[in-house]
Amino acid sequence: MSKRIGMEIALAAAEAVALCKPDVVAAYPITPNTHIPEHLSDIVAEGRIDTDFICVESEHSALSACCGASGAGARAFTATSSQGLLYMAEIVPVVPSMRLPIVMAIGNRAVSGPINIWNDHSDIMSQRDSGWISLFAADGQETIDMMIQAFKIAEHRDVMLPVNVNLDGFQLTHVVEPMMLPDQKEVDRFLPAYKPYAALHPDNIVSMGALGMPDIFNEAAMAKDQALINSKKVILEVWKEWEEQFGRKYEPIGAYRMKGAEVALLTLGSMGDTAEVAVDELRDKGVKAGLLKMKLWRPFPVEELIKAVKGLTSLAVIDRSAPFGGACGPVCAEVKAVLYDQKERPAITNHIIGLGGRDIVVGDFVKIVEQAISAQKKKPKEAYEIYGVRGS
Amino acid sequence: MEKAKKWPEKWQEVNPGCMVFRPGSTREYHTGTWRSQRPVYDTGKCIKCGVCYIFCPEGCITQDADGYFMADLDYCKGCGICAHECWPGAITMVEEG
Ligand code: SF4
Ligand code: SF4
Repeated sequence: MSKRIGMEIALAAAEAVALCKPDVVAAYPITPNTHIPEHLSDIVAEGRIDTDFICVESEHSALSACCGASGAGARAFTATSSQGLLYMAEIVPVVPSMRLPIVMAIGNRAVSGPINIWNDHSDIMSQRDSGWISLFAADGQETIDMMIQAFKIAEHRDVMLPVNVNLDGFQLTHVVEPMMLPDQKEVDRFLPAYKPYAALHPDNIVSMGALGMPDIFNEAAMAKDQALINSKKVILEVWKEWEEQFGRKYEPIGAYRMKGAEVALLTLGSMGDTAEVAVDELRDKGVKAGLLKMKLWRPFPVEELIKAVKGLTSLAVIDRSAPFGGACGPVCAEVKAVLYDQKERPAITNHIIGLGGRDIVVGDFVKIVEQAISAQKKKPKEAYEIYGVRGS
Repeated sequence: MEKAKKWPEKWQEVNPGCMVFRPGSTREYHTGTWRSQRPVYDTGKCIKCGVCYIFCPEGCITQDADGYFMADLDYCKGCGICAHECWPGAITMVEEG
C-alpha cells in the first residue's frame, strides 16, 4: 500500500527511482539536482537496492556510463542540472539515436551566465530537439509518479527511447511536501522487469552506435523522429494504467478551470500551481480565466493543444527561458507553429518569466492575464516580453 | 544465398538504433572508393622493412608470400602516408584516372 510521506522532493524522487530497482546509477553532483543521486547512493550503501552506483568524474562520463550500461542491457538512471546537462550534451542526442531507454531527472536550473544556481528552463530547452521524451512535473507527487512512469515508457518495446523528467530546481527539488509513495509490490506490479531489445554480449553479437553515412542518415533521422512521435500512444497508455492503479490522472496538457474560459495561461512545471491561485482570483473578479498545464513537452502534444485552446480568445504562453534574439520563447514558438494553421485561434502573447530563480507570485500571473486581454485591442509592439525587468 | 543489402532501402527497414547484427559487415563497405590517389609499390626499391605497414592508418597493408608489402586497394583511402614514410622511396602516389 502507498505510504503518506512528508519529504524533500529530491529525496522522494530518489525513493521513487529506487522502487524501480535500477541496475546502474551514474551521476555527478551539481546543484540543485544533487540530493537525488546523493540519496540514491545512500540507498545503495544501505543495501536496499542491488545497484552499481558509479561515481564518475563528470556529467559527460555519467551519461556515457549510462549509455554503456544500457547497451549491455541494464536499467540505467542519471540526474543533472544546467551546465551539467550542457556538459553531457555531446552524448544527449546519441542516447535516443541508439534507442537506449535511460531515465534522467533534471533539476532545472538556469544556464550561465552570470553564474546562477536557481531555477529556469534554459537547460532542458537547449536540448529539446535531441530526441528524448520530456516530462514536466508540477509538484512532488508528479515527480514521484513520473519517475516510475518514465521507466515503463522508456523501456516499452514500441518506444525504446530515453526519458527526462524535469522538476524545477529549488521550487521542487528542495521543497518538503506531503506525497504518496507507492510500495515495492505496487511498483513491481506496474513496472515489469526490463527486457532489452538487444544487449552487448559476446554470445549475441551486435554493434551499437556505428557510422551512418549520407546514404543512410536521412532514413535513420526519419526512424528516430517517427519513434518519438509514435511514443505518445504508449505514454497515454502508461498514464491510463497509472490512473487505473493509483487513481492519479495524467494528461499531456492538464486543464484547470478551462470550462467557459476565454483567456488562459499556459505553463510548464511548478509555476502551474501558482497560476492556479491566480486563475481563482481572476474568476472571483468575473474574468473568464483558465489554465493549461503542459506535462508532456516532447513529443509535443499537437492535437491536445489544438483541442485545449478551442473557444479561447486570448492565450498567454509562459516561457521560463529566454530566446536571445529569437522570434519568441521556445514554448511559444511551438504553440504558434501548431496554431498558425487553425482557422480560429486565440491572440497569443508570450511572457518570459522567472529567469534564474526570479520569484513569480500570484499577482504576476494576474497582471499577465490582464495584459493578454488588452493585447486583443492593442497588439503589443514586441512578440515577447521579459516580464518584470527593472527599467522597462 | 541472397546478397545482404548494403543499407536499408526504406526508413522502415532501419534497425532500431541502427543496431548492426551481422558481425564484420563493415568489410563490405569499400572505403577505397573515396581515394583520389593510389600508392604504387616498386618492388625493385622495396627492402621489406614494413614501415609502410606500421604507419598505414587504415591497416590495409599486408605482406605477400615473397615478403613484399602491398596495399589492399578495396580499403586504401589514398592518404599517401605510406609513400611519405617509405624512406627507400619505393612508393609513388599516382592520380586515379
Ligand atoms: S595511401 Fe594511406 S591508406 Fe593507402 S596504403 Fe598508403 S597509408 Fe594506407
Ligand atoms: S616502407 Fe617502403 S621499403 Fe619499407 S616495406 Fe614499405 S614499401 Fe617496402
